[in-house]
Amino acid sequence: MNEKIKGGRHNSVAPSIELINISKAFGAVKANSNISMQIAQGSIHGIIGENGAGKSTLMSILYGFYKADKGDILIDGSKVNITDSKDAINAGIGMVFQHFKLVENFTVLENVILGVEGGQLLAPSISKARKDLRALAKEYELNVDPDATIDSLGVGLRQRVEILKALYRKARILILDEPTGVLTPAEADHLFRILNNLKKEGKTIVFITHKLREVMEITDTVSVMRQGEMTATVKTSETSPSSLAELMVGRKVLLRVEKQTSAPGNTTLEINNLNVIDNQGVQRLEDISLSVRAGEILGIAGVAGNGQSELLEVLGGITEASGSIKINGKEIALRGNEANGQSRRLQGIAHVPEDRQHLGLIMEFEAWENIALGYHNSEDYQQNRFLMSNAKIKTDAIRKMEQFDVRPNNVTLSTKGFSGGNQQKLVLSREIERNPDLLLVGQPTRGVDIGAIEFIHQQLIRLRDAGKAILLVSVELEEIMSLSDRIMVMFDGKIMGEKTPTETNEKELGLLMAGINGDTN
Amino acid sequence: MDVLPKWVDTVIIPLIGVLISLIFSGIIILLIGENPIDALKLMITGALGSTYGWGYTLYYATNFIFTGLAVSVAFHARMFNIGGEGQAAIGGLGVAIVCLSFGWTHWFPALLAATLGAAIFGALWAAIPAYLQGKYGSHIVITTIMFNFIAASLLNYLLVNVMRPTGSMDPATQKFPEATSLPSLHDMLEPVGISFSKAGPANISFLIALIACVLVWIFIWHTRLGYQLRAYGHSESAAKYAGIKPFKIIMISMLISGALAGMMATNNVMGEAERLIMNSTEGAGFIGIAVALMGRSHPLGVLLAALLFGFLYQGGAELAMWTTIPRELIVVIQALVILFTGALENMVRAPLNWLWLKSRRGTS
Repeated sequence: MNEKIKGGRHNSVAPSIELINISKAFGAVKANSNISMQIAQGSIHGIIGENGAGKSTLMSILYGFYKADKGDILIDGSKVNITDSKDAINAGIGMVFQHFKLVENFTVLENVILGVEGGQLLAPSISKARKDLRALAKEYELNVDPDATIDSLGVGLRQRVEILKALYRKARILILDEPTGVLTPAEADHLFRILNNLKKEGKTIVFITHKLREVMEITDTVSVMRQGEMTATVKTSETSPSSLAELMVGRKVLLRVEKQTSAPGNTTLEINNLNVIDNQGVQRLEDISLSVRAGEILGIAGVAGNGQSELLEVLGGITEASGSIKINGKEIALRGNEANGQSRRLQGIAHVPEDRQHLGLIMEFEAWENIALGYHNSEDYQQNRFLMSNAKIKTDAIRKMEQFDVRPNNVTLSTKGFSGGNQQKLVLSREIERNPDLLLVGQPTRGVDIGAIEFIHQQLIRLRDAGKAILLVSVELEEIMSLSDRIMVMFDGKIMGEKTPTETNEKELGLLMAGINGDTN
Repeated sequence: MDVLPKWVDTVIIPLIGVLISLIFSGIIILLIGENPIDALKLMITGALGSTYGWGYTLYYATNFIFTGLAVSVAFHARMFNIGGEGQAAIGGLGVAIVCLSFGWTHWFPALLAATLGAAIFGALWAAIPAYLQGKYGSHIVITTIMFNFIAASLLNYLLVNVMRPTGSMDPATQKFPEATSLPSLHDMLEPVGISFSKAGPANISFLIALIACVLVWIFIWHTRLGYQLRAYGHSESAAKYAGIKPFKIIMISMLISGALAGMMATNNVMGEAERLIMNSTEGAGFIGIAVALMGRSHPLGVLLAALLFGFLYQGGAELAMWTTIPRELIVVIQALVILFTGALENMVRAPLNWLWLKSRRGTS
């Protein structure tokens, strides 16, 4: 591959990070094999790869969570021995995790000095930290109120606190693991500005992601990992999203969803004034009204946690609500004994839940057992009045798994033995093949490999073209924009507005996602 | 995926656990000043060397099968039913009422009715903690433990004040009618030409226990209800997603569990004592927890584990009779078995896993 070049080494300066033949195996699984790379000081380096490609393992080795079986780590040209996170910090490495490690009822200052208090009394280190934080804020646009407690801060600000923590510990190398997953587009833009400021000051940034668009936008060089190996390191300016995708998956992939314009029919789902108040008294859904017609996909965009999950759960019969929901003109029960997943399925609703590992699948079950989940009372799975027919379920499972290309094609394999993408295909095959009138889909491609994403999107379009109604919830704006026929944006339990994908853009949707209604000005 | 094959997981690992616990038991016996090899020989000949020994071993095993199945069924729904002891005791009350209330002329209808009575009483006793768990979230472990004490006190009261025949000094019911006496293994095997000791208390309820094993297996793995129960046990959220109602599953799993525990009374109350006495269960309800743990909540595993514990009980009694080893040692051995097959299971699994992977890598 002619794109393979030595990662941007400056002439005489030693690279900020150099890995030489790093290998790590878990049992027989080679998570990293002979990984070598160099990252120049003062650059932003992206690491991309599918789930399970070995990105996280590599970073965990760099941060001292795992010890490599063999290989060397060089920081600024000298060999270091990193056995725990303390060594990593001393070597000047800071890490911002995907799931923040903050004490929620501590203030920003207290979180920043946690672990580096530097004495028996807190007051001196707090005042020192206050001064340092002020300087950092000015230098890098990292503004956070130092006296705010973490639980009063949104995700974007929490992430800044994590970055501040690393910088306060004198990090020269900053590793960010999927940093934009929880951010609105505006917050992500701000993060990118911060990262560019850090780069200007000579910091080295390692940016782990699976979003090709971000890699193209922010990085100087990018390494692609596949199946534990580093398949290529290229200059970002000399590559394209499609060639990166090809390097990640090992074959050509279609990044755009191919679809015809929709031909919507009658209204399948009609929701009027839906309200949900949870058991802590918090209003999760407020006066939601919407409708989905047969043969169209309604996409619900929004930052995670703004009521999308509750909407799906009410429709799926998991959460009780007040208001009115009609399926094909018929009112369905929103509370009481009749509001459950069984009656919903009988009413023609199928549900691919957001959290497949906790809702959609039972990880300890074998694949065939999960094919019956929710449809265990279905007549075609019974032997007679008393006995279920495991043989019939297995036959059905073999057929469905073949249809959806679930790999390995083994119905008796424990569900946790499948990759994320194949688990998702298992759920999709179960729900789509029942030919529902309405399909609820939450985060259809979360944690799913690029290759499988393509397939899943095709299946959703196929169902739409068969004249079924689909309600799609996703935090991936790209996905919403490419799949939906109409888009609604949710914020704080309310619907902020409706847009047509062809007449809107990410910026406009991003404002709505942040709760700013653009129509008012 | 490189994982241990199923048979290693379900057969070899518990066996190694038993072996390790036997080694430790041997060390303790050495410390007492006896020869562990002789002790083991004595246990084997005492429990398995004669039909007399078998009569006792199978009798104990019958108790443990029922209570082990009871714990297993509840455990598939992730309900920790610690109340087998109380449910078995109340099941005994059901047996006593059935046997004493009607003029039985043959043991067969009496056994059917007594089994039903035992099951209903045991189920009802389990129903109260189940309801409290299902409706109010009171933890089933706490409530079932407390219900053991309540059951013991209730039986104490009934046997002393209500059910004791007038003039008797013994806190027990009167003897059940002669016609309710169950056939022993001796009675059952004689017609087919096998001579079995008359003294052992093992009786026809051993067969009921075996049938219960088969029925539980069918229930758990071949019925819709069993499917829902397992689904709920693995993941409450996924069960709710599938439209499985938690309250229903909690109630059903605990009712079946209580019924199985109660049915133990057909063996110890109807088959052996032939009247209801104080503390008739002798801790079999608690042994059931160990049996279920060791048997991986699978009826076949429960059967094998129950036989092992039956052997330990009878062999231990023999030890106490013929050596200076106190009877309490069997409690120590049991504890070690539970420790090594249950709590410290990963201590055995991890090195085995490592060996397995190593051998796989060597051959591939």
